[in-house]
Amino acid sequence: MLWNTLLLALRAIRRNLMRSFLTILGIVIGIAAVVTLVTLGNGATRSVSDQIAAMGTNQLMVVPGQRFGPGSELGAPSFKIADVDAMRAQITATRGVAPVVSKSVTAVYQTHAWSTLVTGTNNDFFLAGGWEMAAGRNFSDTEERAGKAVCVIGGTVRDKLFGRQSPVGSEIRLKGFACEVIGLLRGKGQAAMGQDQDDTVVMPLRTVQRRLTGSQDIGRIMVSVTNGASMDAVKLQLTSLLRERRKIGESEEDDFRVMDTRQLAETLTGTTRILTMLLGAVAAVSLLVGGIGIMNIMLVSVTERTREIGIRLAIGAFEREVLLQFLIEAVVLSGLGGLIGIALATGASMGLAGLMDVPYLFDPGINLLSFLFSAAIGVIFGFFPARRAASLNPIDALRYE
Amino acid sequence: MNDAAFIRLSGVSKTYGRGQAAFQALKGIDLSVAAGDFVAIMGPSGSGKSTTMNILGCLDTPTSGSYRFQGVQVEQLSRKQRTVLRRHYLGFVFQGFNLLARTTALENIELPLIYRHEAAPKRHATARAALELVGLKGWEHHNPTELSGGQQQRVAIARAIVTRPAVLLADEPTGNLDTRTSREIMDLITGFNREQGITVLMVTHEADIAAYAKRIIRFTDGRVDSDRRNGEEA
Repeated sequence: MLWNTLLLALRAIRRNLMRSFLTILGIVIGIAAVVTLVTLGNGATRSVSDQIAAMGTNQLMVVPGQRFGPGSELGAPSFKIADVDAMRAQITATRGVAPVVSKSVTAVYQTHAWSTLVTGTNNDFFLAGGWEMAAGRNFSDTEERAGKAVCVIGGTVRDKLFGRQSPVGSEIRLKGFACEVIGLLRGKGQAAMGQDQDDTVVMPLRTVQRRLTGSQDIGRIMVSVTNGASMDAVKLQLTSLLRERRKIGESEEDDFRVMDTRQLAETLTGTTRILTMLLGAVAAVSLLVGGIGIMNIMLVSVTERTREIGIRLAIGAFEREVLLQFLIEAVVLSGLGGLIGIALATGASMGLAGLMDVPYLFDPGINLLSFLFSAAIGVIFGFFPARRAASLNPIDALRYE
Repeated sequence: MNDAAFIRLSGVSKTYGRGQAAFQALKGIDLSVAAGDFVAIMGPSGSGKSTTMNILGCLDTPTSGSYRFQGVQVEQLSRKQRTVLRRHYLGFVFQGFNLLARTTALENIELPLIYRHEAAPKRHATARAALELVGLKGWEHHNPTELSGGQQQRVAIARAIVTRPAVLLADEPTGNLDTRTSREIMDLITGFNREQGITVLMVTHEADIAAYAKRIIRFTDGRVDSDRRNGEEA
């Protein structure tokens, strides 16, 4: 009986190619969209956490305000160089303390110009960020102390301004002052959120404060903790030191945050995860629209199908056989649509993951979920109208308008 | 006639709806049909001829009264058992042909054989033979839309007789056809009745179509009005 019914179902699919195609199409598009976006989102999340993990587990970042990133609380004062010096002096278990001040500036060399991010800091920055010199050297004490116009540039800046040429020893112009290139950083590639880490110019803190930002403020401080030292202990020390320096009363909350790599990872992956969910939700709408398309096609053909059911019943088909046939039809179509959608999504996410430079991660959960969802739509809308029709008196089904 | 009659309706009534809206389509029908007979059922619309046909075809059940088919009490059968009965003993021809759309003539004819679970080679051969019998050799792979009305009805007849049913039920089989084609179809049905001994029950409202039958039953207002052998005076 199953074989016979399968034969009938396949015949029905074949003779309604257009209807079958449209049914499949709705599912294919829906599944492909959901699976692709979620897969890419997962890849981006992984890429963020990988990069943070690559920073090492012994990094702390101190930022003013209670939140990280855009929306930092207003009114929380920035740090000053004295804070950095105090940390260096009072907290023993550190390998380095790097203040960070950033500003977007256009760098010019001869006829080439390139807008980039200038970071003012000290030599500890290279240690904390895991940077290595591809050529040249880092800052000398004199250069740091005097705020000399020297800089270390990233690979992208080199490419844009100097091409293949060696930049070390040349002078670039930044917002009206000349700056000697003393070093070239080894390339790191894209960072977590897709920005190019090599698109950077690093200068002594004092140089940036004096010539670019015009203030003594420091945006954030990176602290490298000595290997083997307790992160929590250093965090506590940093917190009490800063509370004292910023004159925060017993009952008041911190107006700064000390984050370790794990917290940073959680903050950032939390962001990409929300993005993934948003994208997934948008794609889910398209899956839903696809589902409505299927529903529409199935309902439109219900008149014809009802008559067909009437014919089959009159001719001597059991209700059960007719239902099984329709169920198989719906399952075959939805299943086929689901498989094509997943195949398409796999291809698209692999390709896009390559382009976007995020890892391709196969997520069985979302594949299964969207597959089941589309199958459910196909089955519900293909099967239930049929069930109603099959319960009709064959004569009524034949006369159905 | 005795209880062992081939087909016997006794006091069959059929009421549609309930209460105020109830409509009594049949008001106690007594009817016997012998095997091999060719019966035309006539009457104005609403006279109960189609309802009778549906009950005879085991598509519908009487509200009261009994229907014996070869001695079997049909109204006591389950829906499934009635399906088995249809599958093995009955063939249907409808006014609107009711072929499956976008399905070739051969596949349409094969359909009842598939539900009888016949193996593919035998099924194809039987279906082909039936197609030849209705004079459509060479039209195996045409869809209904590529066939004329007469040809579609031939396919429908082939589908009805392919299982060698005991009874062929035809509901206005020529209702959608012109006179010449109607005659061809009726010749075909008469042939199956005469040569293969298939009992034919046919609803029609055209006297010249009814004239092909051996026996003509007239319905009026849910009752049998007249019942005579063809050729007898009304």
